[in-house]
Amino acid sequence: MTQSNSAVAPVLTPDAASTMLRVSGLNVYYGESHILRDVDLTVPKGQMVCLIGRNGVGKTTLLKTIMGLLKPRSGNITFAGHSIVGKTPDQRARLGIGYVPQGREVIPRLTVKENLLLGYEARAERPRNTQDIPEEIFELFPVLKTMLSRMGGDLSGGQQQQLAIARAIMGQPQLLVLDEPTEGIQPSIILDIESAVRRIVAATGISVLLVEQHLHFVRQADRYYAMQKGGIVASGPTSELSNEVIQRFLAV
Amino acid sequence: MLPSILDGVFNGLSIGSILLIAALGLAIVFGLMGVINMAHGELMMLGAYTTFVVQNGFRRMGEPWLQFYIFFAVIMAFIVAALVGLILERGVIRYLYGRPLETLLATWGVSLMLQQFVRSVNWVLVVGLMVFCLLYFGGLWLVRRRPDFERIRGWAIAILLALSAGIAWAVGSVLAQTYGLAMTKPWFGAQNVDVTAPRWLLGGLPIGNYQLPYTRMFIMVLTVLCVLGIYWFLQRTAWGLRIRSVTQNRNMSACLGIPTRKVDALTFALGSGLAGIAGCAVSLLGSVGPNTGQNYIVNTFMVVVVGGVGKLVGTIVGALTIGILDYVIGTGILALLFAPIQPLTDFFTFFATTSMSKVLVFFLIVVFLQFRPAGLFPQKGRTVDA
Repeated sequence: MTQSNSAVAPVLTPDAASTMLRVSGLNVYYGESHILRDVDLTVPKGQMVCLIGRNGVGKTTLLKTIMGLLKPRSGNITFAGHSIVGKTPDQRARLGIGYVPQGREVIPRLTVKENLLLGYEARAERPRNTQDIPEEIFELFPVLKTMLSRMGGDLSGGQQQQLAIARAIMGQPQLLVLDEPTEGIQPSIILDIESAVRRIVAATGISVLLVEQHLHFVRQADRYYAMQKGGIVASGPTSELSNEVIQRFLAV
Repeated sequence: MLPSILDGVFNGLSIGSILLIAALGLAIVFGLMGVINMAHGELMMLGAYTTFVVQNGFRRMGEPWLQFYIFFAVIMAFIVAALVGLILERGVIRYLYGRPLETLLATWGVSLMLQQFVRSVNWVLVVGLMVFCLLYFGGLWLVRRRPDFERIRGWAIAILLALSAGIAWAVGSVLAQTYGLAMTKPWFGAQNVDVTAPRWLLGGLPIGNYQLPYTRMFIMVLTVLCVLGIYWFLQRTAWGLRIRSVTQNRNMSACLGIPTRKVDALTFALGSGLAGIAGCAVSLLGSVGPNTGQNYIVNTFMVVVVGGVGKLVGTIVGALTIGILDYVIGTGILALLFAPIQPLTDFFTFFATTSMSKVLVFFLIVVFLQFRPAGLFPQKGRTVDA
């Protein structure tokens, strides 16, 4: 552990200083069924980490546990050097974790603009009574500008996905957690979303934890972790992600 | 003939207005947290008693003030009911989220306690309660700062509870013996108390042989203001946006950084405060007793069921319809209307009492729900199952 006895200043090891998110020995249960088994995972600062694996191996469960929607039975999660296991989802969001869940979860009966304004909630110092959406958002996702007064639930899947990512970016997170952003979305928009995420990373230098099945997108990441039956079974730089690994952990 | 019907509709509309204020609070709370608050009627009753207390206070201040006590009473009724609602949410309901049956029973228990509270409240009880709260929560606050709090938690709470209760009881009995009746006389007692409307609200607007009472018009204006206020709050303010967001998707709202517990507490206080305002309006229509809330609560629930959850329009239409139907049937105006047709007259005369009109209205509601199970204005479209 990195716990130190010095009361003057918390001593961060060089490792902790360069780590955005560290999951260690995580065990999660749904009722009595054991879903995640001793999961260890690290997202370094400013890097994009991709989590791959077939359906039902526990990728989404891991992300939900990181967000605080599920409680782990054992194990630890540290964010920027501090344990966040005891914190509620809204506290974690305000610490700087932006979450784009599977299925987008755009608030259906709020307008696109209201959905975007909710993104401000995660900022440490909230702009008071602002009704303005920063222009960068529309540069990333031009399609949203024309739809500000539409209901979030009336948008198409691809538009909702862009809205969900834009909403997370509004909170200026340090870590962006994306759960299958290209699932069920037409190929032309997949490329839009992919390039938007790449531009966000380039412009802000934030870390990204990505769950993805779309190979082209997976290869954008710096590192990969492969999951099987609730545990991490392989990891390494994405450049070493061989076809053999992909065959074993991704292809159905 | 026609004027008597319009008169009935007018009076029904004012009853419906009270139902509307009360049901708004209930619908917002149910929509947000899925909590059915059985003590909602008692919060109305507290609002009515607050009006009574404020009236007596202003009576002491003398004449020019007494005319305006009602405005102050509305605000105080809102504040008192909101505070009691906040305590109820913090102290009971938040431990029962996601367990509707237990919530139902717990809030019903609270409603019985509140009824008995207004019957027997006196200075001894109030002082005793205040001493208890001061000692218990103050002591807890002190103990909590000790580093080994988690280890001694159980013992600390048990000892504090017994000590504070004992001291509070002792203080109470000393007070009762020293000052006698001045301390032990109930403030309100079990009988009903009467609120008199200020003089400018007495009388009415004459129309032909009838007159429209100013008190009822005042209630309608109050209702319109409440509906507009709530609409403005939900649609235009930052907290309103948070409430709407949490109502539709609690988990995602939390992940966006919305403090959902604060939103719950605030919404519950707001809904309770509305019940308080409804109670203030009730006190203008007749005398107020510990059971006042129960007379309205069932109809208020029916409004929420008929109106459907999630849209203010449903609550508005539901409240006014039920209010008017109940009044028009209960006072026998419909029987008058169908006077030429003998069987219909007999039918409506049979239902022309307060309790029998409820039977008919509820029967109609049951039939209505067979055709529209989700109420008048259910949520529609691809967003419903999201």
